[in-house]
Amino acid sequence: MSAALDKVTAPDTEEGVAEAVRAALASREPLAVEGRGTKRAMLRPVQAARTLSTRALFGITLYRPTELVISARAGTPVAEIEAALAEKNQKLIAEPPDLRALFGVEEGATLGGVVGANLSGPRRITGGAMRDHVLGIRAVSGEGEVFRSGGRVLKNVTGLDLCKLLTGAHGTLGVLTEVTLKVQPAGEATGTLALRVAGLEEGIAALSAALGSPFGVSGAALLPEGHAPLGLDGPVALVRIEDFAESVTYRLGQLRAALSRFGEVSVLEGAPSRAAWRAVRDAVPLGAQPEEAVWRISVAPSRAPAVSAALREAFPARLLLDWGGGLIWVAGPATADSHAAVMKAAASAGGTFTLFRAPEALSAALPVLPEEPAALASIGQRVKAVLDPAGILNPGRMRAGA
Amino acid sequence: MMLADGTAQGHFGPMIRLPPPKPEILARRDAILADLRRLLPEDAVIGEAIRLRPYETDGLSAYRQMPLAVTLPRTTEEVAAVLRYCHAHGIRVVPRGAGTSLSGGALPLEDAVVIGLMRMNRILEVNYADRYAVVEAGVTNIGITKAVEGDGFFYAPDPSSQLACMIGGNVMMNSGGAHCLKYGVTANNLLGLTFVTIEGEVVRIGGQHLDAAGYDWLGLITGSEGQLGMVTEVTVRILRSPEGARAMLAAFSSVEVAGQAVDAIIGAGVIPVALEFMDKPCIHACEAFAHAGYPLDAEAMLIIEVEGSVAEQDMLLNRIKKICARFDPISLKLAESAEQSLAIWKGRKGAFGAVGRISPDYLCMDGTIPTGELPHVLKRISEMSAHYGLGVANVFHAGDGNLHPLIMFDANDAESFRKAEAFGADILKLCVEVGGCLTGEHGVGVEKRDLMVAQFTSSELALQRAVKSAFDPGWLLNPAKVFPLEGNEALAA
Ligand SMILES: Cc1cc2nc3c(=O)[nH]c(=O)nc-3n(C[C@H](O)[C@H](O)[C@H](O)COP(=O)(O)OP(=O)(O)OC[C@H]3O[C@@H](n4cnc5c(N)ncnc54)[C@H](O)[C@@H]3O)c2cc1C
Ligand SMILES: Cc1cc2nc3c(=O)[nH]c(=O)nc-3n(C[C@H](O)[C@H](O)[C@H](O)COP(=O)(O)OP(=O)(O)OC[C@H]3O[C@@H](n4cnc5c(N)ncnc54)[C@H](O)[C@@H]3O)c2cc1C
Repeated sequence: MSAALDKVTAPDTEEGVAEAVRAALASREPLAVEGRGTKRAMLRPVQAARTLSTRALFGITLYRPTELVISARAGTPVAEIEAALAEKNQKLIAEPPDLRALFGVEEGATLGGVVGANLSGPRRITGGAMRDHVLGIRAVSGEGEVFRSGGRVLKNVTGLDLCKLLTGAHGTLGVLTEVTLKVQPAGEATGTLALRVAGLEEGIAALSAALGSPFGVSGAALLPEGHAPLGLDGPVALVRIEDFAESVTYRLGQLRAALSRFGEVSVLEGAPSRAAWRAVRDAVPLGAQPEEAVWRISVAPSRAPAVSAALREAFPARLLLDWGGGLIWVAGPATADSHAAVMKAAASAGGTFTLFRAPEALSAALPVLPEEPAALASIGQRVKAVLDPAGILNPGRMRAGA
Repeated sequence: MMLADGTAQGHFGPMIRLPPPKPEILARRDAILADLRRLLPEDAVIGEAIRLRPYETDGLSAYRQMPLAVTLPRTTEEVAAVLRYCHAHGIRVVPRGAGTSLSGGALPLEDAVVIGLMRMNRILEVNYADRYAVVEAGVTNIGITKAVEGDGFFYAPDPSSQLACMIGGNVMMNSGGAHCLKYGVTANNLLGLTFVTIEGEVVRIGGQHLDAAGYDWLGLITGSEGQLGMVTEVTVRILRSPEGARAMLAAFSSVEVAGQAVDAIIGAGVIPVALEFMDKPCIHACEAFAHAGYPLDAEAMLIIEVEGSVAEQDMLLNRIKKICARFDPISLKLAESAEQSLAIWKGRKGAFGAVGRISPDYLCMDGTIPTGELPHVLKRISEMSAHYGLGVANVFHAGDGNLHPLIMFDANDAESFRKAEAFGADILKLCVEVGGCLTGEHGVGVEKRDLMVAQFTSSELALQRAVKSAFDPGWLLNPAKVFPLEGNEALAA
């Protein structure tokens, strides 16, 4: 990656991005696409001599609180968007994590980065993922052509939804230049139930009961080791409500009655509740050490205890479960053996995995995402050929040789 | 019926251009039917004109075209077998669910085999702990909720056609409903699909987990209108039903004021589960039909629904009531009971039928606009109504800007239909002009195909066509829909 740092282009207009892509195309020089490059260690190292950054392409271009939409250029820091929303008492629905600590970087993420990586936090379980709220995009294809998909209205089924295709494509199908998101009111109050549970089985059962209740739970996590800075001993299940104050009080009361059979319950209100969810969002309780690898596994929640047990048996795995158990964060030794155990556990539970962070030696040598069935893989290659025929955008980011 | 110039004939004249049929396919019709009968059980292949007739049109019944044949497979393997056969022989296919598409998405082609999934109607699995259901594509939308409501769960997207329309069709149209302001549209409520490519390969996309690793095929396929492949099984998220729900009605003296009230409600951080808007012609039509007690002197009316415990409903309705009171409402009615809620909804739910009673025929349009543009757009629509001499009633999902103008015309009068089509096209172009889009939930189909140039540049359309080609290089899957025929070499004779 250090080679790419030498040659960073950071255009401040969309046309500048298009020109940079056309220049790369003309010279057949692949580009590493990034926002602020906070996730350079993510997935696989990109094989590119030049870097195209959208960091200089920033600013909120449209914000209509009563229409629940915000548009911003791709290089806008997520923190700036969140601040603008907070002024109108609104929020990003998918609650994207702030992974500075996990990745040991100073700078915060850009909008293009969190959309390019389809990063969602705790609210994903009932509020939907980043990709569910991308209403429109502007982007530059690998041929240096600007294109749009979607728009700035909440309901739109006009034409093929390329917003979904580019969200989570990690810059391999186009360089995002502007994104429009659906947003929501922030909710007047928030509160959390913390349940001391006997083990992972019981914890997942408690979260399932909470998510299967009529009370509109907006976060459901399980911290096997607890989280000492917040005085939480593990294993502890966390259940969140965000709503008008009257509703938060009523719903926490109802849930408390329904869940007390799973373990001793305490209530976190206001600031402590927010601090707990910020920690879960940013995977802090995972306590991943710099030399370790970090994976994310996505499975049906009821499979989480078995997956967790298999991982713990295979290597000294530390875990953090979110999305009712549907998301398992794993930290452990950065070895091919632990990676094989992760792949096996995810596959046997019918789920997926991502090697989220690992030393380059490991991530360059192993599949960081599951293999796709052959029929889909060949469709994927044809789609890549449509959007980036010369293969100059983030080569090797998601899969070797693609 | 196909006219010599390649236009399909409706019951009162030619109107939509379809790609020229492949003569060699038409010539081999009997042999194709015989082959299909070898691939599928005897009763799963239809070739007789009288039994093909029910498939000649869909919810956009002004357009009709008899297909070459209809197949009604019962399993994913049978669907794959038909697709593999059609692919090998260059035969076009038109997938079909219940045929309720309002954009002509399921309109057959003369040289196409229709693959109808209505016999794939089994619920395969329900899992409450993980909150999903696996169902075949031909299960009706309401069928999913019926299967789980006894246990207190429901499937959230609720198109008005939910008694008939099927989940496979919902996936392909990314259908919405009255409650999608809170619960999202179909795309937001899916976990996985069994997908069959045009080559007849069966692939599973997604599953019971939330995060796809790799490209978001599930997201791309949802709403793709049968252009990319066929869906035979769907894994949907199911949700626990709320404790209760109650509606209120608020009527205002002008469209502008009603729009301001909507902005104020959302601006105050209240997201009702439903927020429906009706204009005066629509109020009158619905009242005459349903006797729901709607205020006839109002220019605009909102139906607002909230959910939760009775105390929460009271809290939310009172907040909304206070907000509405700032805008001098003509009437404000809070339902006191579930029965009163039903009465408030009765007129709205029957809106299409009600307009059907005052006009022999109507076209239901489906653009979306930024909600702030509502007063301007409704004013322009009423000017257009005067210009074309055709009545129009507007219902509108006010929270999300999805507008449904119902244009009234007489289908026995070709001139009246031509005007209605032109009026509709003008409305949709207006939606695009003010920052919205051609379709919020009904899809492009054949109906809005030629208007796509109003929303997309030619290079954007070329890109979308190329993505379709990546799935369907021979353009055999539901061709003639979504993309303008102009400039499409894949469909030229
Ligand atoms: C598998 C995975 C690994 C991660 N690893 C890290 C990590 O090592 N460090 C870290 O801080 N966070 C990491 N994250 C978290 C997340 O990516 C960041 O929090 C956030 O996206 C940072 O924004 P950025 O602007 O720095 O993005 P970048 O790191 O610059 O980019 C993130 C991804 O989005 C793409 N991208 C960025 N801008 C655009 C654009 N304008 N158009 C198209 N694509 C674009 C990039 O190619 C890259 O694949 C990871 C996430 C995932 C899913
Ligand atoms: C009275 C009425 C009210 C309506 N209200 C609403 C509403 O509130 N919200 C809304 O969004 N829509 C509404 N609609 C439109 C329509 O019901 C939806 O578009 C619905 O999703 C279509 O489902 P279907 O099973 O009838 O599909 P069809 O009409 O049979 O097909 C729709 C499209 O999907 C394709 N298709 C169908 N099944 C498959 C499959 N298994 N694999 C691949 N492609 C397939 C077809 O080729 C076609 O292009 C309404 C329609 C009517 C008649």
